[in-house]
Amino acid sequence: MQLRVRALESILTEKGYVDAKALDLIVDAYETKIGPHIGARIVAKAWTDPEFKRHLVADATAAVAPLGLTGRAFHLVAVENRPRRHNMVVCTLCSCYPWEVLGLPPVWYKSSPYRSRAVIDPRGVLADFGVTLPEETEIRVWDSTAETRFIVVPMRPAGTQDWSEERLATLVTRNAMIGTGLALTPGEIAVTAAT
Amino acid sequence: MNGVHDMGGMHGFGKVAPEADEPVFHAPWEGRVLAMNRAMGSLGLWNIDIGRFSRETLPPDVYLGSSYYRKWTLGLENLVVRYGLVRPSSCRAARSSALRQRRRALRSATASA
Repeated sequence: MQLRVRALESILTEKGYVDAKALDLIVDAYETKIGPHIGARIVAKAWTDPEFKRHLVADATAAVAPLGLTGRAFHLVAVENRPRRHNMVVCTLCSCYPWEVLGLPPVWYKSSPYRSRAVIDPRGVLADFGVTLPEETEIRVWDSTAETRFIVVPMRPAGTQDWSEERLATLVTRNAMIGTGLALTPGEIAVTAAT
Repeated sequence: MNGVHDMGGMHGFGKVAPEADEPVFHAPWEGRVLAMNRAMGSLGLWNIDIGRFSRETLPPDVYLGSSYYRKWTLGLENLVVRYGLVRPSSCRAARSSALRQRRRALRSATASA
């Protein structure tokens, strides 16, 4: 594929449609600037600022716009986890994903097993991630489209009452914002830091 | 239009296999093809739905057997040809020239080893 892609790039460059330096900048942006840390900041802000959380859940596109997050066909919906309701996001048709707030999707999100099974066997998929939820917890699966993308606001872990927004953001993993994981607990963060 | 891309509820694809510490791109060409898709998309000749359609209309066996970024490569090749930006023959010519370059590089690497 390396060759085939290089061939395509050289034709498009020769014809003046793309510029190698501009492509470098795009690659660099996705490798170093646009990623789940953006979504983690949004979640941490929602955990600490009830007014922002209300706005986020009511109209996420408008709520995140002041953070400079706008984009092509960017319509974001935030769904909030509760003790008895877990949310999980998939794109069964392709791999639609909120790039602006989570960066590029991981391979598993784009894979046939996830796309096919998330809607028919969400508990089985969660088990593949080592996540087990109580039987009485309802699981809602949101199927993304090219126009509407979702971000899950996970539940705030216990024992973080006096944590700052910045510190809280370290608990918010990418998978927690897709719904295939939960936010880390302070204990788990301590283990990660120690290893 | 239905097709193999409409995967919700299908059986038989097996378990989800999350990868620990996954890199953003698994090879440099993946980043290049993503960037080319973004750059070409910004020309405004086609919209996001047309881009998706060019991947969804790949032959079903190709679609199922290709990685995400391979689909993006094949979809973009189809689009630039369909929109008359590139002749199909120049795609083929560029590929053979890239192949010749690689063979030369391999030969010189073998010779100097």
